[in-house]
Amino acid sequence: MSYLELRHVSKIYGEGPTEVQAIQDVDMSVEAGELVAVMGPSGSGKSTLLTIAGSLEDPSSGQVLIGGAALSKMSRADKSRLRRRSIGYVFQDFNLLAGLTAAENVSLPLELDGVNARKARSIGLAALEELGLGEEASRFPDELSGGERQRVAIARAVVGNRQLLLADEPSGALDSVNGEAVMRLLLAVCRRGVATVVVTHDAQLASWADRVVFIRDGRIVDQTLPPTAPESLLQSGPPRNGPGR
Amino acid sequence: MSVRHALLALLSEGPKYGLQLRQEFEERTGEVWPLNVGQVYTTLQRLERDGLVESDDAAEEGPQKGFRITPRGADELAAWLRTPPDLSMPPRDELVIKVLVAWRLPGVDVHEVIQTHRRYLVELMQQWTHLKEDEAQFDLGFALAVDAELFRLDSVVRWLDTADGRFRRAAAEPPAAARPAMPRMRRRVGVRR
Repeated sequence: MSYLELRHVSKIYGEGPTEVQAIQDVDMSVEAGELVAVMGPSGSGKSTLLTIAGSLEDPSSGQVLIGGAALSKMSRADKSRLRRRSIGYVFQDFNLLAGLTAAENVSLPLELDGVNARKARSIGLAALEELGLGEEASRFPDELSGGERQRVAIARAVVGNRQLLLADEPSGALDSVNGEAVMRLLLAVCRRGVATVVVTHDAQLASWADRVVFIRDGRIVDQTLPPTAPESLLQSGPPRNGPGR
Repeated sequence: MSVRHALLALLSEGPKYGLQLRQEFEERTGEVWPLNVGQVYTTLQRLERDGLVESDDAAEEGPQKGFRITPRGADELAAWLRTPPDLSMPPRDELVIKVLVAWRLPGVDVHEVIQTHRRYLVELMQQWTHLKEDEAQFDLGFALAVDAELFRLDSVVRWLDTADGRFRRAAAEPPAAARPAMPRMRRRVGVRR
């Protein structure tokens, strides 16, 4: 069953002459353990789609279901709880708190959810270690490189038992080697059973996904087919001219 | 890929047999470029004819025949490594031509044509990335060969994205009153024969 499902979702900002249709009639579903990339240019509606999928904004029409439950039928308190416990967010600019160490940043969502500080720290530390970031635990964000900060932000996004991970241009500010490290980490998290959505304009990032959904002018216009055996690429070396070229 | 110069590079490390050269070539290129043994021997014979390698005269043709690089071969290798490939003129690119043709054709949605190619390229990139995901952590040569292919495909996707954006802007803006004269060089882009 899909963990995340969007049914005929539209979002309109403003009204009258200033009305902007940010997304239109979007249908999309993401399974547990599946990595889906939403690829489109600036202004195509991909970030709006992500904030609606993460219950940070309500759609103007249509339904969002997370874990089978419709967001429209939840109270504000239920949605807050869902965001604290089940959904992780990763943004381009990391959003780590400068005055807290990496471990404190990672354990913060648990503390805010009422877990006692000592237990939260130990879970946070374990999350960092699981993702190969144990050595960064006691360092402050300004002592970390951009790539390390983003990996800590991913650890924070998945600490506890999150089932949905939403990332908006997660490696936008990083070079390609660090960008790849971030995508490897997202994929590792995803393979533990977390439904993962990455929105990006970057084909190299999108190519890490199981499925790439293309968005243009707020509409989903296309998606990639399930991948064929990649080993076939090695039979004849790199293709110099693909079909249709 | 210059098999000729790759073999010279391997021989610059010391004398080697034909089969050994084939095996090492495939290892160094992450097995992305398979090479048949016939290609190796034909290339070695040409290198020997040109005085760039020497073989054990006494040995018979076959896997046990050893080859070594000559001083001329070493000079050739050094010059090749530092000679940029000819990228000064754009090649005739079939995809560019298809998109330009689609733009002018009545009844054809150029954005749909662009998306068809974009999807195909991203699917190819997914396959290459998947290979890297499985193996690249352990083999630097393989990772670099796959990266080269991913960057090449990515540059085509970026061009498609740019074309898509330019067509959209062009459709939204009124046509310019007068076109400035284009330098001749620009008109030649994409039409190398």
